[in-house]
Amino acid sequence: MRIERDTLADLATGAAFLGSGGGGDPYYGRLMAEAGLARHGAVELLPLDALDDDALVVPLGWIGAPTVSVEKLPGGHESVAGLRKLEALLGRRVDAVLPIEIGGGNGLAPLAAAARLGLPLVDADGMGRAFPESQMAIFNIRGVSACPAVMTDAGGSTVTIEHSDNLAHERIARAVSVAMGGIAHMAEYPLSGREAKAHAIGGSVSAAVAVGAAIRAARQAGGDPFAALYAALRASRLYPFAGELFDGKIIDVERETRGGFSLGRVQLEGFGGEGAMVLEFQNENLVARRNGDTVAMVPDLITVMDRETAESITTERLKYGQRVKVVGAAAPAMLREARAMAVVGPDAFGLGEPYLPIEALNGWTTS
Amino acid sequence: MRLGVDVGGTNTDAVLMAGDTVAAWTKQPTTGDIGSGVAAAVTAVLEQAGVRHDAVSRITIGTTHFANALVERRALERVGILRLASPSGEALPPLTGWPADLVASIGERVFLLSGGFEVDGREIAPLDEARVREAARALRRDGIDAIAVTSAFAPMNAAMEEHAAALIREEHPAANITLSHAIGRLGLVERENAAILNAALSKLAVRVVDAFGGALQSIGLEAPLYLSQNDGTLVPRAQAAAHPVTCIGSGPTNSMRGAAFLTGVDDAIVMDVGGTTTDIGVLAHGFPRESSITVDIGGVRTNSRMPDILSLGLGGGTRIHLDRALWQAAAPDPAALRVGPDSVGYRIARDAFLFGGDTLTASDVAVAAGHAAFGDAGRLPPLSAEVVAAILARFRQLLEDGVDRMKTARGDATILAVGGGAFLIPETLKGAARVLRPGHAAVANAVGAAIAQVGAQVEKIVAYDTVPRPVALEQLRAEAQARVVEAGGDARTVQVVEVDEVFLSYLPGRAAQVRVKAVADLASNPSSVPAVVATSADVRHAH
Repeated sequence: MRIERDTLADLATGAAFLGSGGGGDPYYGRLMAEAGLARHGAVELLPLDALDDDALVVPLGWIGAPTVSVEKLPGGHESVAGLRKLEALLGRRVDAVLPIEIGGGNGLAPLAAAARLGLPLVDADGMGRAFPESQMAIFNIRGVSACPAVMTDAGGSTVTIEHSDNLAHERIARAVSVAMGGIAHMAEYPLSGREAKAHAIGGSVSAAVAVGAAIRAARQAGGDPFAALYAALRASRLYPFAGELFDGKIIDVERETRGGFSLGRVQLEGFGGEGAMVLEFQNENLVARRNGDTVAMVPDLITVMDRETAESITTERLKYGQRVKVVGAAAPAMLREARAMAVVGPDAFGLGEPYLPIEALNGWTTS
Repeated sequence: MRLGVDVGGTNTDAVLMAGDTVAAWTKQPTTGDIGSGVAAAVTAVLEQAGVRHDAVSRITIGTTHFANALVERRALERVGILRLASPSGEALPPLTGWPADLVASIGERVFLLSGGFEVDGREIAPLDEARVREAARALRRDGIDAIAVTSAFAPMNAAMEEHAAALIREEHPAANITLSHAIGRLGLVERENAAILNAALSKLAVRVVDAFGGALQSIGLEAPLYLSQNDGTLVPRAQAAAHPVTCIGSGPTNSMRGAAFLTGVDDAIVMDVGGTTTDIGVLAHGFPRESSITVDIGGVRTNSRMPDILSLGLGGGTRIHLDRALWQAAAPDPAALRVGPDSVGYRIARDAFLFGGDTLTASDVAVAAGHAAFGDAGRLPPLSAEVVAAILARFRQLLEDGVDRMKTARGDATILAVGGGAFLIPETLKGAARVLRPGHAAVANAVGAAIAQVGAQVEKIVAYDTVPRPVALEQLRAEAQARVVEAGGDARTVQVVEVDEVFLSYLPGRAAQVRVKAVADLASNPSSVPAVVATSADVRHAH
């Protein structure tokens, strides 16, 4: 499969959904990828298992504040500069790139560089959705080092991080992103082909494209975009269960920031006053409770969408009065393993309740 | 007395307000030259009320003209585009994602120049004065007068945009400059888009505003002229000529504000029933709730402030689909009945039974039910009471569903029913505490223009760890209030109508983006509004 200009809109729609409320608006990422593809041609999407064992594969993404990223836009040289620096450090060429997280704007982040350097994009990512911190990548969960990592910014600064501890890497990277003006590009978790095949979440890029295409096709045909979304998620096999958790309107949004995170609580009410849902978020949606009962929790995906257009609404854009559907989907199996739970499960976010899979909580079955 | 005029595509409505009451109103056809229609409508209301021209203290006009020009791609200027943000942003140059035909009509004279601010107030890069001058000279050589200037984080700090404007004026005195901070909020691409659209409209805006001014002068009306903006506030004519994009969508806002004024109810759901649709909006503190999604103007993504409107396919001309064989049924099959969403629209005067046609419309059913009396009821086809009831029940269901979707607070809302088809709204609705039908509902939009206030807003990123939240909010409120007075508002009537606070993740110091909006009545004493006079003079000079 090749990623052409027309594929980008679908990838952006799919990435916005998989962001689970976080990862930022993919609009700018899409425009940048469009410009890159227009100038340099289509990008090859390489199946994960087609990688050579000794290939050098690098996850890319932006780190920083979404609010800054809509005002201080990329210069365009950040990712290539980061990759060149990494090549110099490792003494070899990069063979392929992938998104560090498929969710939100980062789902499209590597495309411009891939087009410009003629590199393939691996059909995989490091999170299967969006998460707020770098160490929540599956590569950290599986014991791969984030370093050497290279951060670059629009002004031409380059910072290399070397540390054996991935948590320390995240702390340093966060501080560097602030010093770089609140938004920076990062190449991290450099992988061998063998590591990528063992640990990356395969098929997530093509799943995002399929999700976006399904929503678009349903909209064009005047059909139900939500039914199409659920069918596409199930068909991906990566997200085997999906469905509606709630249909209603937002009657309250409380927000605060703590430790640099945007935390909040959203209350929804059903139409005609029937039923209630409460969502808690920390950048991404963490837990959904319907009439007091938990119906979905991290790492399963919870996305709030406009109930007419099926447009995904990020947590920073949630607003009193919006008429929405809350959609849930099962996380990829790799995120549900015991070692993953400690890093991306409900405990990791201080939810204080044990993880139960979304399909069990809702009585969903495959079919 | 205050005069309000709404210049729509079809009709030009005017009202004359004596204090808080409508002294006279009229609906006249909009004319091709715009001006003569306005003159005719204004003359009509003055004659009706029997008042002298000098009794009018001010006149406010709302118009769809600028929006139509963009949609139809006509009378647009070529624009010189300066972005002060490099090296950031070069990956997404101006006009990225624009429709090709619009890009073709405004040209691609883009200058990516160093400059802009970081979120913490540092400069991304210093302004390169020589290159700004060079760009201005190049545009002057090519006869391009319309110039849009956008710098990163300009809504927080406009200094660099203003500095650049001063340099451009020195090199290109005839330049007509749009600065992004005067147009939009955070979100560089959307704000820049709006600034470019604004610049593209600049000559047309001057022409339209001059046509309004000329029309009023021709009938001897010397009251100051204002235009109403998308958010329901007004701006002096010179400022409207400079910022037409802020006046692009004032229609629905004026209609809702007019409904609030006519009823004295500030928190309500407004249902504006036209020929084809029912537009439902929410009034909070007398202003429309704004849409939270990006607004598409002429195919371009902007972050302009527009009201959040839900459009239902139910209006006076909406077609009722039911097999004629069932029109007298005693128990009509619900599955056989469909209401709209198609409408006969303006052809209602020919196609509806009431007017001698043979298409069953919502108006026919309302008259049959005795909810309205117009047209020739004798021409209505025989409909059984059960069929009429079933159709009315369907209207009710559509409207109640719409109210419920727009409602954001528990409890029953007040409904304000306006527009020519307001008779379709029943006396009671689920979710509604009461349904009010203001007099003069057909010209609510002109009333909204007449009563428009002065507004101003302030947008900042604040670190609450440095300045405690209550102190920071109070400072911003005070600044917004001061700006309203500066813009000509009466200090005794200043009111903060909106405080929007978004906490920012991944930034130190508990940072939040805060936007405060204040409004006030226009000060009656012109000597107390030096700032407006200065702004107008400045803008005029720039033309």
